Amino acid sequence: MTVKVQREDFDPGAEIARLHEGRSDIGAVVSFVGVVRGDSGGDKLRTMTLEHFPGMTERELERIAEEARERWSLDGVTIVHRYGELKPGERIVLVVTAAGHRHAAFEAGSFLMDYLKTKAPFWKREMRESGEHWVEARESDDRAAERWR
Amino acid sequence: MKLLYFAWVREKVGRSEETIDVPQGANTVGDLALWLKSRGGGYAEAFADMKRVRAAVNQEHADLLAPVGARDEVAFFPPVTGG
Repeated sequence: MTVKVQREDFDPGAEIARLHEGRSDIGAVVSFVGVVRGDSGGDKLRTMTLEHFPGMTERELERIAEEARERWSLDGVTIVHRYGELKPGERIVLVVTAAGHRHAAFEAGSFLMDYLKTKAPFWKREMRESGEHWVEARESDDRAAERWR
Repeated sequence: MKLLYFAWVREKVGRSEETIDVPQGANTVGDLALWLKSRGGGYAEAFADMKRVRAAVNQEHADLLAPVGARDEVAFFPPVTGG
């Protein structure tokens, strides 16, 4: 299990390779990359700044990863989440899951993203052409996390 | 007791952390939030609607009924928006 919270970009290919290289028991590796979306109804995003709670963020991501490992038979989990200032098109988050078979890897990856969105202490501030504001939490994200209960 | 603030809660109260003596009668996260609100100014604004504020005690998510004491670190912040 690998959890990283960092300012720098990450290399999805390298993280995927690290999770299964040298092993022959893994049959499926699923990855999700979250990217900063630039457009939202014509009001263009200039930059996004992610604030987080150092210490709790890492612990929370580790707790979420641990929960995924208890629910599914996983051979590996990697979560990388960036903070600081990001521009449209930049990568924000990476979740990689490895398992013997694809279903566990897909489901665990989806679970990790849903839980991360409602549990990991990050806050997005958007600088748009129209001004700056904190991103509001979405009820649809809460509902997405609820379905795993 | 150490208090931490993040995102717009931090902006409204005007600081990211502070150390306080536990207010008399403040036994839970909710009590503490009410006491902070009673300080007025930016605190009153930040804690005006507790439905919009979340908390963590010692780096774990906590609800308004969670107990707090002098040795605890309590953080207040908006609902999270990572991912």
